Amino acid sequence: MDGAEVRDWRAEGKANGIPAPIAMLAELTHRCPLSCPYCSNPVELAQKSLELDTSDWVRVFQQAAELGVLQLHLSGGEPAARRDLVDLVKAARDAGLYTNLITSGIGLTERRLQELDAAGLDHIQLSLQGTDANMADRIGGYKGGFQRKMQVAEWIKDIGFPLTLNAVVHRQNLHQLPRAIEMALEMNARRIEVAIVQFHGWAMSNRDALMPTKEQAQEASRVVAEARDRLKGQLVLDYVPADYHADYPKRCMGGWGTTGLNVAPDGEVLPCHAAQTIKSLRFDNVRTKSLSEIWYRGSAFNAYRGDDWMQEPCRSCDRKKLDFGGCRCQAMALAGDPNATDPVCVKSPLHAELQMHTALLSRDKTAELTFRKQPSA
Amino acid sequence: MTDGLSPNSIPVIPRGVRLHWDHVREKWVLLAPERAVALDPIGHAIMTEIDGARSFGTITTALADKYGAPHEQVAADAGEFLRGLMNRRILEVA
Repeated sequence: MDGAEVRDWRAEGKANGIPAPIAMLAELTHRCPLSCPYCSNPVELAQKSLELDTSDWVRVFQQAAELGVLQLHLSGGEPAARRDLVDLVKAARDAGLYTNLITSGIGLTERRLQELDAAGLDHIQLSLQGTDANMADRIGGYKGGFQRKMQVAEWIKDIGFPLTLNAVVHRQNLHQLPRAIEMALEMNARRIEVAIVQFHGWAMSNRDALMPTKEQAQEASRVVAEARDRLKGQLVLDYVPADYHADYPKRCMGGWGTTGLNVAPDGEVLPCHAAQTIKSLRFDNVRTKSLSEIWYRGSAFNAYRGDDWMQEPCRSCDRKKLDFGGCRCQAMALAGDPNATDPVCVKSPLHAELQMHTALLSRDKTAELTFRKQPSA
Repeated sequence: MTDGLSPNSIPVIPRGVRLHWDHVREKWVLLAPERAVALDPIGHAIMTEIDGARSFGTITTALADKYGAPHEQVAADAGEFLRGLMNRRILEVA
């Protein structure tokens, strides 16, 4: 596209109070060797044959940089499942984007990591399903995965990539959190993200098996606070608490359509990774429109910008500029209405019922994991 | 360990952190893992003095001379700024 067109969209956006996005999540594929029961991919996975090709992604990266995106997260599925990953990283860097690879490590060899290094990859975020092979391979649904991940972590350390360890925690592995923090230090990671499972996508059908108890959620907050203090300047801890046990909802996506956007494997552009669960929304595709037009004009992005859409108790709430009424997808999932107050909020009429239900879910002794499936060819 | 910024320390911008001109917002930013730190002109002036060889003391002296500001004031302001980055693992010292 030509630069003049982008600037026109930006001027229009500025006039309407729409900031340019800072971050873009590129879901390169929904294919993944793992089958984590909390996968954030939609339950209806994008087929391999519908994935954007290399030249599509290169164009999207260039459009993203023009639009004002600074940080690009290459994700999936497992992005290493894309044969053109090295070329995509190079194209992203050439476009001027800070390029982060979000991976389980499976599919990365030492040679491929060296190629990614030469292509200019800025940072790696390595997921952790558990702190030992028993837990990690069971949760990831992939035997031998933990051992391979540990090997990949060694190579990452040898090459010197900046590393964030991404520990996804839930009722079955929360007791391993202190060990996960130690592992981050052993891997020379600068950061660890401790994310208590958020219940979207596949996790929604595993709430009974994954919901932490209130005591676990409190203990996790204590462990994180203690480690932050003890490891100040050594390890940065980012923390996503268990919002079902909270009094106020999370500030979802930093505000709908204000900070970031997702591009799905088939080119659909989403305000967040779970947005497709809101069936009333219509999504544009990078195959037919520019990213700027989609960001500034797309109906899905404009649906929850500002506060015109809000109902009570959000509309008159003094926290509405802090959390924007919480997560729209969670309001859809739990209240059946994407415009409702996120039911995790104490001011939601559904809050008390949700708290009771959460307590029951967290004590389910018989629940079994439903693993994520693979997309069709 | 992050109190460890003395006049003899050598600040180093680590791998994975870089200065970037944001052509859309028309300002300098420091790009780092999961972070984009907007820099004001003073922050930018400090960052551009860091070359991985010169000490913090040399840098603050150079900044004080360049901007005609009292050295103690420059050292205090730059120290606070850089310690904030060190706490976030965006800056290291050798």
